[in-house]
Formats: sequence, C-alpha cells, structure tokens
Amino acid sequence: MGALYKQNDCEEHKKMIAFLDHLGKNTRTSFTKLGRGTFFLLQTLSGILSVLIRPRLLFNQMYSVGVLSFLIITISGLFVGMVLGLQGYYILSDFGAEETLGVMVAASLVRELGPVVAALLFAGRAGSALTAEIGLMKATEQLSGMEMMAVDPIKRIITPRFLAGLLSMPLLAGLFSAIGIIGGQMVGAGLLGVDEGAYWSQMQANLDFQDDIINGVIKSIVFGFVASWIALFEGYDAIPTSEGVSRATTRTVVNSAFSILGLDFILTALMFGDN
Amino acid sequence: MDNSVLPQNSLISVKNLSFSRGNKKIFDDISLEFERGKITAIMGPSGTGKTTLLKLIGGQLFPEQGTISVDGNNVHRLRRSELYNLRKRMGMLFQSGALLTGMSVFDNVAFPLREHTHLPESMIRTLVLMKLQAVGLRGARDLMPNELSGGMARRIALARAIALDPMMIMYDEPFTGQDPISKGALVQLIKSLNNILKLTSIIVSHDVLETAAIADYIYVISEGKVVGQGRPEDIEQSESDWVQQFMTGAADGPVHFHYPAKDYVDDLLSTGKRYG
Repeated sequence: MGALYKQNDCEEHKKMIAFLDHLGKNTRTSFTKLGRGTFFLLQTLSGILSVLIRPRLLFNQMYSVGVLSFLIITISGLFVGMVLGLQGYYILSDFGAEETLGVMVAASLVRELGPVVAALLFAGRAGSALTAEIGLMKATEQLSGMEMMAVDPIKRIITPRFLAGLLSMPLLAGLFSAIGIIGGQMVGAGLLGVDEGAYWSQMQANLDFQDDIINGVIKSIVFGFVASWIALFEGYDAIPTSEGVSRATTRTVVNSAFSILGLDFILTALMFGDN
Repeated sequence: MDNSVLPQNSLISVKNLSFSRGNKKIFDDISLEFERGKITAIMGPSGTGKTTLLKLIGGQLFPEQGTISVDGNNVHRLRRSELYNLRKRMGMLFQSGALLTGMSVFDNVAFPLREHTHLPESMIRTLVLMKLQAVGLRGARDLMPNELSGGMARRIALARAIALDPMMIMYDEPFTGQDPISKGALVQLIKSLNNILKLTSIIVSHDVLETAAIADYIYVISEGKVVGQGRPEDIEQSESDWVQQFMTGAADGPVHFHYPAKDYVDDLLSTGKRYG
C-alpha cells in the first residue's frame, strides 16, 4: 500500500515537472521572441533617417502598402456605413431620434470602426503580403545576399515598408470613415427618408474635432505601427522554408488582429474613460 | 598529406576554426589558407557546412573559436562599418543566385552601384552593360528574375557580384542543378573572370569534375575536419579511402551505402513486431 502510494506520488511529481517544464519553455520562447522583436523594431527605427534621405524608397512602398489597399478599404467602408445607417435608423426611429443618425454613424466610424476595421483589413491585405514578401526574400537568400553586398537589409527593405505602413494606416482609416459616412447617408437619407440636412448638420454640431477625430487618428497611427511591426518582424523572423513562410503569414494576421483589438480597448479606455 | 604545397601568399586565412550548430559540430578546429589570385575549392559531401564556411568568412556568422582574416582584417573583430567596407570588396554568388525578385536584370546588376556609388545614371548604364556582356547576357537586361533559367540567374548574379570590382568572389555550389551546357559556361566564366580580373576565388562544391578542372588547390572536408588537401592531381592520387570514394563517387566505401541497421536476415526473419 505504501509502495503504491509512493508510485502514485512519483507519477504526480513527473506530471507536475513536465507541466512546469512546458510552461517554462513556452514562457522563455515567448519572451525571447518579444526581445528579438523589440531589437528588430529599434533597428528599424534607426533606419528612418536614411529612408528620409531617399524618399523614393518610401513612395514605392506607400504605393504597394497603401494605394493597393484602396479598393478593399473603400468597398468595406461603404458597406459598413450602409449597415450602420440601417441598424441606426431602426433603433433611433423607435425613439423618434432618426435625425441624429448622422451623429451615430459618424461617431461610430470615426472613433471605432474606421481605425479598427481598417486596421484589421490592412493586416489581412497589406500585412500578410509584407510577411510573405519578406519571408520569401529570406528563404531565397535575398536578404543574406544584400548583407553580403554591404547593404543593410533592415534600412533598405524593412524601414521603408514600416514607414509606409505607419503613414498609410491613418489615411486608409480616414478614407474608410469618410466612405462609411457617405454609405450611411445613402441608406439613411437616400432610402429611409432621414432628412439630409439633419444628417449632416447634427453630425457637424455633435462631433468634436479633438475628442473624436484626433483620437481616431491617434488610434489608427498606433494600429498602423503595431500591424506593420508585426508583419515585418514575422517575415524577418520566419523559418526560411515555404512552410515557415506560410505559418508566419498566418501568425501575422492572427497576432495583428489580437493586438489591434486589445489596444483598441486600452486606447478607448484612456481616451474616453473620463467622459 | 603533402604539406610542401601549402599556399604562402594568402588573402584569406582561417585558423583553428570551430563552429557548431545545436549539438552538431560543423567545424572542429580546422585551418585553411586561400592564396591570392588563385581558385581554391572546398569540397565535401552535402551537409558538411560548406555554405556555413562562406558565411563565416563573410562575417554573417560568428565562430566559436578561431579567427578568420581577410586581407589582413580579422573579420569578426571589425566594427560594423568596417565589415561593410570589407564586404564591398567581397563578391558572393549564392546557390540560388539571390537576385532581387522585384527588379529587372539591369536593376539587379545596377543595385550595388546605385547603393554604394554616386555615379551618374549614364555611367551606371555603361558599367552594367559591360558586366552583363562579360557573362554573355547583355541581351537579357530587361527580363525579370522569374523569367530566367537557373543558369542565367547564376550568371546575372555573377555579373552583380563583380559590379563593384571586388578582390575576391565566393561561389556557393555554382554547378548544382545546372545542365551540362550551363555548367560548361560557368566553369569557363569562373576561370576567365579569375584570370582577367585578378580575383581570388573560393568555390564550394561537390561537383568533382567541374571543380577539379579549374581549381588550383582543393580542400576536402568531412565531418568538420580537413580530410585531404592539395592540387587537383594530388587529390586524385590521394591514398585516403574516403577521398578516393568522394572523388570517384563509389556507392560503397568508408561512407556506407546502407544506413545503420540490424542484420538483414535477422530483420527479415524477426516476428514483425512494430517499432517503437
């Protein structure tokens, strides 16, 4: 009986140790990755000056990161605005407050949906493309080759893309909100009969530049920073095989989505918490 | 082993180098010399870390022990800017070519010139066309890398590697996966570039015939050690069974054809119990 008890005890111990071992390994891996990521970010930021001297590198990237995301942002913005117009109208009309539809549509877009949804779409469209591009450059030794040509791949390849993402994101979020507001107007005023003058004037009277627009822009800059960082780092850190690159691409989308949504909560709490 | 032919006037010297990856020892205290103006080949089976050696020489990896000096500079003691300056004088031809996929052939060859010089575009054009002419692909200047065959990609990469007129070029498996015609073209190119441009070349390869045809000196590496060295004709005469097997490509010898397993007959007659 005593021996059996002892054996059970031993098994328990082993399980416990295996669990701790697993936990420790995972924690260490995550923190090492975070460390590598931070170091990568610092290197990226240190290249900003050299990119500003050669703005053409930046413009080329703004085209592929920003301009090529126009279509998905415009169409999504339009539909989100139209749905907001519909839902808002049904609820507000119960209270006879459909005149404030413009405020509701614009506030939800400018404060939340514009930055957040645009950033999620950006991570899916541009972020995944960046990860795949950088990962493939690594897998095909292009980054190594560049180093051997005495060209710093971080400054030449990574920093321009990072800056392009950072600058494109607020513009894309602005575009998303603007198109969304038009979508809301099309449905609300065009189809459901909300007074068009009221739609715009209520919006104008009730939205605050500092509270709503600037805060929205700040959010989108933060999201652009994080989404570009994650996308580029995952590509740069990818295992240089086709499987490694495809997994890195998936991680980019998943990690960006989590980070954007998590940060959105924190930023919202900070910005609107005392209202 | 005949040490009397050891190179004297060396551009690159590797001394007592050790390097491991994980638990696997890639290099175990090896020393190599690469003579100026000559073609030196590093040969050995796949997975012996030949590419790793080139990355160590280029300063992309750090050795655990030992030193590597290139033209009198200890590569791993240099500051970053000094290392980059040294790399401008080192060309490297990657196995895949490593051409930048987003740029045309012309822009790929122009890339190092545009990054490191302030030459006017007209002069860059002239230089690029000269380099492309040297590898016989001036007519391919407007193609994109994905439109090139493997052999062409390597020749373009070679044109790019000589764009800055380096003092040396490192070739990583230049003949692997090439058809006989491209192989022949590359062999010719490596030899003639080395002679005309007064380069020092390092070829890492397991293609015995092609490499032996142009190398001035050969090191044969296996399991982290130099197992044979000398001029190609010395290597062919080597008394080492291992080197003989490698040079002649015999299926069985010191390197066995069969992966270690228990006795064949026993294995067939056993009860067929599942492994594991």
